[in-house]
Amino acid sequence: MEKKLVVSSSPHFKSPEDIQGIMIDVLIALIPAALMAVFLFGYRALITMVVAMVAAMATEAIILRKSDFFGDGSAAVTGLLLAMTLPPAPPWWVVAIGSVVAIAIGKQIYGGLGSNIFNPALVGRAILVVSWGSYLAGDVWLKPVPFGFTADLVTKASPLVADKTSLLDLFIGTVPGCLGETSALALLIGAAWLFYKGHIDWRIPGGFIGIVFIFGLCSGGLYDGVFHILAGGAMLGALFMATDMVTSPVTPVGKLIFGIGCGLITMLIRLFGSLPEGVTFGILLMNGLTPLIDNFTLPQKFGEVKKSNA
Amino acid sequence: MSQRTFVGGIHPGYFKDYTAGKPIAPIRAPSQVIIPLHQNIGAPCEAVVQEGDEVKVGQKIGEPLGFVSAPIHASVSGKVTKIGVFDHPLGNPVEAVFIENDGEDTLYEGIGPRKPLEELTPQEIIQIAKEAGLVGLGGATFPTHVKMSPPDDIAIDTVIINAAECEPFLTADHALMLERADDVLYGLKAFMRALSATKGIIGIEDNKPDAIAAMQKTVAENSQNYDIEVHSLETKYPQGAEKMLIKATTGREVPPGALPMAVNVVNQNNGTAVALAEAIKLGKPLYERVVTVTGPGIQNPANLIVRNGTLVSEVIEQCGGLTPDARKLILGGPLMGLAQPSQEVPVIKGTSGILVLTEEYVKHYAIGPCIKCGKCVDVCPMHLLPNFIGSAAEKKDMALAEKYGALDCFECGCCTYTCPAKRPLVQWIRIAKNEILASRKK
Repeated sequence: MEKKLVVSSSPHFKSPEDIQGIMIDVLIALIPAALMAVFLFGYRALITMVVAMVAAMATEAIILRKSDFFGDGSAAVTGLLLAMTLPPAPPWWVVAIGSVVAIAIGKQIYGGLGSNIFNPALVGRAILVVSWGSYLAGDVWLKPVPFGFTADLVTKASPLVADKTSLLDLFIGTVPGCLGETSALALLIGAAWLFYKGHIDWRIPGGFIGIVFIFGLCSGGLYDGVFHILAGGAMLGALFMATDMVTSPVTPVGKLIFGIGCGLITMLIRLFGSLPEGVTFGILLMNGLTPLIDNFTLPQKFGEVKKSNA
Repeated sequence: MSQRTFVGGIHPGYFKDYTAGKPIAPIRAPSQVIIPLHQNIGAPCEAVVQEGDEVKVGQKIGEPLGFVSAPIHASVSGKVTKIGVFDHPLGNPVEAVFIENDGEDTLYEGIGPRKPLEELTPQEIIQIAKEAGLVGLGGATFPTHVKMSPPDDIAIDTVIINAAECEPFLTADHALMLERADDVLYGLKAFMRALSATKGIIGIEDNKPDAIAAMQKTVAENSQNYDIEVHSLETKYPQGAEKMLIKATTGREVPPGALPMAVNVVNQNNGTAVALAEAIKLGKPLYERVVTVTGPGIQNPANLIVRNGTLVSEVIEQCGGLTPDARKLILGGPLMGLAQPSQEVPVIKGTSGILVLTEEYVKHYAIGPCIKCGKCVDVCPMHLLPNFIGSAAEKKDMALAEKYGALDCFECGCCTYTCPAKRPLVQWIRIAKNEILASRKK
């Protein structure tokens, strides 16, 4: 033994999983939705996603003065998630500004990964909605054209403000909408990967979607219940946004409360607010409550209260 | 029936193939043993021999300096050459007795069979355990006779033999069950008799089906008049942690800060059970034990009977030495064992394993930010929030660390194992525990 023995405090084994691995898993989970977006909206969708991701990674690299462009992968995830919340073809500079805001103001200003209070992608989107709302709503929705990679697209109203839409179309995704929001099927396939890898559990999506369904059911029957789950950003929000690790609670009970809160605010905005969609602000508001929720839902320690059952 | 287990925990892999199924073999006694006079939780011993004395195998050389302590015995026969300070596996050097082996292995006169178990009173059994210097052989080294003497107002109804062996790599308990199943059972009966317990349980992780079968066979054949069950447990670390084992086998939860006796249970390691059986059947004090010498850094891994006070370097040499890429020496398992700076430390009563890891397993990680993934919360068997305790301790806010339950942590290390940001959570929690307890003493 030429070299000296290494001494460190136990445990001497560590799981191979790291942050970059988790971020890559999230990117993998978004592949079905991304493919669906390109399938429905063609090259424009691809450009929007690439611009969002490159702008996000570049912003982070500049702020952190690092040469490793991909880094821990979290900026790429933020960029892609932001793109998923945008219509197929807003001007490229709107997309880029969204990513810059998401990373700079949504994340790095707080101290970087792990320190941010609000979901960065949704911060980016919120700023875009407020500042360039005309590019994000109204007449920019495009009618999907399957396999029409370079087809000309025509505008069409979003299902949330349109007449009755077929639930099957909503599930498959052949409806106008944001890139990642149209296909519940693609999102579920991706989320299954995250469940399998143990990165998300049922509580947040379950609470979120459960409340959305109950509200929809009460407001207009079974169709409305299912419609509110499938239309708009509810699925993307419940499976990919609200489950963002950094900005959601860590306690089991807290996760459920958080999910229910997100769904509640979403539906209040959809049904009674002036905006057609409430997922973004529902999640952002609950993000702000996360530390409070964690502190009010500290788990019962092993052996506490429950004593001998002999 | 649902599987016997607890909530939380991790699956770090088995790594038992190095030594699983290998018979227990004695190693050549070394030419010199260095026996530390502090080998248990609690008070140390003081030497009752002097330099120049001739001692025999099994002769008492250290007398306890308190109730929570256990005597220490010579592991070879020969001459005491020195009584002085020597390095100890737990860190701080302590007083030790150096004995030059005369190679004769002369047994001390007082050693011989005791009365049959059925004729021994509980007090006599406890006295035998105490005189034999028994301590918990799982690694915690709590004096056995203390565990056998609960306060008068507590009735113990169940004795659990801890044969989970949940640490990766270690196979000493496994080997004991395969070769000494009768003695494990005998030891359990002795514990039950000493404590007037009506029920005995042997808990074994289900990755050792041959051990489960061996124990079931012995129990079926030899436990008339005793209510003894063999429980197959989910293979999950830390299944062998006292509180987790009690939960898995009896469903009882030991309250925070309390001992197993609070739920009328006493736990004993199966190596300790075998040692008690030997102490009664042969009158043999605890001067040697089974040690798993294993890991990718050992040329010939083996399960060995090692005399107390044998230097680790000697044991490793008898296993063919280290591989060229050996980098880390750990006494115990990879999750709770103690890394050693040198091979020149003695094997003591609590040394369950000598594990040597190679370059490949010894990695340095940059500490990342907590991304609040909550994976540590999911695996914590005590249902604490290791991420918050760790962050509080990192910022030296010990009051906050205590609020989140730092003192309930028993340092299994599942949080650090799991953390994707490679944060040294349990290490921070240890600092917090030390500081909180130190400030209370003031």
